[in-house]
Amino acid sequence: MSAPNAHVLMRAPSTSGRTRKGRSFGGGSPLVYGISLVVVALTLGPVLYGVLGGFRTNAQIAENPSGLPGPWVLDNYVGVLTGASFWQYALNSTIVAVLTTVITVVFGVMAAYPLARYEFKGREGLFMVFVVGLLFPATVAIVPLFILITQNLQLGNTWIGVALPQAAFALPVTVVILRPFLAALPKELEEAAQLDGTSRIGFFWRILLPLSGPGMVTVGVLAFVGSWNAYLLPLLLLQSDMRTLPLGVADFSSEHASDTAGVFAFTTLAMIPALVFFLAMQKRIVGGLTGAVKG
Amino acid sequence: MTSTAQGGRDKVSRGKVSSAWRKRLEIAFFVTPALALFALFVIWPIITAVQLSVFRWKGFGPLTDFVGLRNYLTVLNDDVFVDAVIHNLIIVGGSIVVQLPLGLAIALLLNRKMWGQGLLRTIIFVPYVLAEVIAGVVWFQLLQPQYGVIDNLLGSVGLEAPEQGWLGDPELALWTVLVVLTWKYLGLAVILFLAGLQSVPEELYEAAQLDGATWWQVQRTITVPLLGPTMRTWAFLSMIGSLQLFDMVWILTGGGPANSTTTMATYLINQGTQSQNFGIAGAASVILFVIALVMAVLYQQLVLSRDTRPDVVTRKKKTREVIR
Repeated sequence: MSAPNAHVLMRAPSTSGRTRKGRSFGGGSPLVYGISLVVVALTLGPVLYGVLGGFRTNAQIAENPSGLPGPWVLDNYVGVLTGASFWQYALNSTIVAVLTTVITVVFGVMAAYPLARYEFKGREGLFMVFVVGLLFPATVAIVPLFILITQNLQLGNTWIGVALPQAAFALPVTVVILRPFLAALPKELEEAAQLDGTSRIGFFWRILLPLSGPGMVTVGVLAFVGSWNAYLLPLLLLQSDMRTLPLGVADFSSEHASDTAGVFAFTTLAMIPALVFFLAMQKRIVGGLTGAVKG
Repeated sequence: MTSTAQGGRDKVSRGKVSSAWRKRLEIAFFVTPALALFALFVIWPIITAVQLSVFRWKGFGPLTDFVGLRNYLTVLNDDVFVDAVIHNLIIVGGSIVVQLPLGLAIALLLNRKMWGQGLLRTIIFVPYVLAEVIAGVVWFQLLQPQYGVIDNLLGSVGLEAPEQGWLGDPELALWTVLVVLTWKYLGLAVILFLAGLQSVPEELYEAAQLDGATWWQVQRTITVPLLGPTMRTWAFLSMIGSLQLFDMVWILTGGGPANSTTTMATYLINQGTQSQNFGIAGAASVILFVIALVMAVLYQQLVLSRDTRPDVVTRKKKTREVIR
């Protein structure tokens, strides 16, 4: 994954999706629509089954697993929504994800700035530190990380104790995506700012940051989604009231294993924030991922 | 920084010195927070893992019980770990072998002009956006032996499901996990391949069409070769992800039944935070890292290097010229 031309791909969002021209070949033959329907059914089937299962009772599910709700019951969803734990988990997930995102984006854009626009000895070496960091999976370091955070830093079971390492592991991809993005902004801007007597730090604040908004949104969305879905690190670091949604879902499912309908309702509600966020940020997520891959 | 006139050199060089210092300070100011965070939470834990791997340590007190490479021998002689490595490799291979043709087929399908294309692309990506845990919990319910919908549907068409359930049968559990992983990650392959298809110049299709090539011929001789770099990079990401597999296995099977689905990650969590064998976990971490690194380097040398070889580069350049 060499980074230098990732900026080319940062434009992916604008060229992907519905704006592109259709290919000259083929078209929608019945076969194509048929296959598409099968793909859609297999993709959404499990999710929809979970959503509908939440509207059934355990008796209904036991009697006919593949039936539809009849009658529809709201009890499962109401039960989850009126209980305190769901909202507590959602709050924890939100705070951890926001902290992770803010730290990742602020530190990432700061580090990417000199790497993109200063000339100094050791610049490429410094950049390589982050590139190599892409290869380090968090799993490898998970046990020492656990010891570091719970024993040395005494940050076990805190929001920031999860957000800091998550941000650290999100930094490589952030720097790798942002550097070419910042480097692509025209040199003339910097020269004009210098003529006006603006310092480089002033240039960073007043010109570079506003212009690199799209790039920061992309890396921010990636960091947010990564944190929102994370399991392993929160599993080791957070207990009881501090648990995030994935932990809450997993624990609810094992504690209420016989309450299938309840598990479906809880899982469905836990899916909603991620799905809404995805629909709102779809282009950014897809663009960021394709940028990271093709870069 | 700038060329200076002869006169007033003293003044300028003094200004140069202070501006050079100023520049260094600025660089330090911008880079330090990220570097410090990275050093503390990424580099230091990795070094610690290496250090722990040569001690016997139960999680408290100083590191005194130096055991040399004995933890590594323990890990490598542990059938559970060896099986875990094999399971990881099966997942690596299985994911690529299944998702590559399927993902490619769906991407080619979605690349045709058709009604509802945008919606289809959104839908296919939904499983990827869900947390692995959430997808896992839903699938766990679907796969239940008695009241699970999958066995029920199979029964209604006269097929018999395994008695202990898909996840309860040691022969089937790993393959079941692989199916669920395919469901979860196929969307990523499709989206990346679709993005790669955007860069295939329209002119090539038009030329092929003028030459009377069929749709299949065009896909085989133009689209798939030009998609090569995207597919190779996707396979690399897929491989790294499969080697780290934890969440889905932990939710679906916890590594069981009878250790038939353990991965290196579940092994080192079991040894580390569950059994307090931090030295063993450290050794397993180092082995996992070495395996990942060796595979990454080999892949880079054998497969990805094709994308940077001169002939390919010139072809890319030509492609760009065509686009312009």
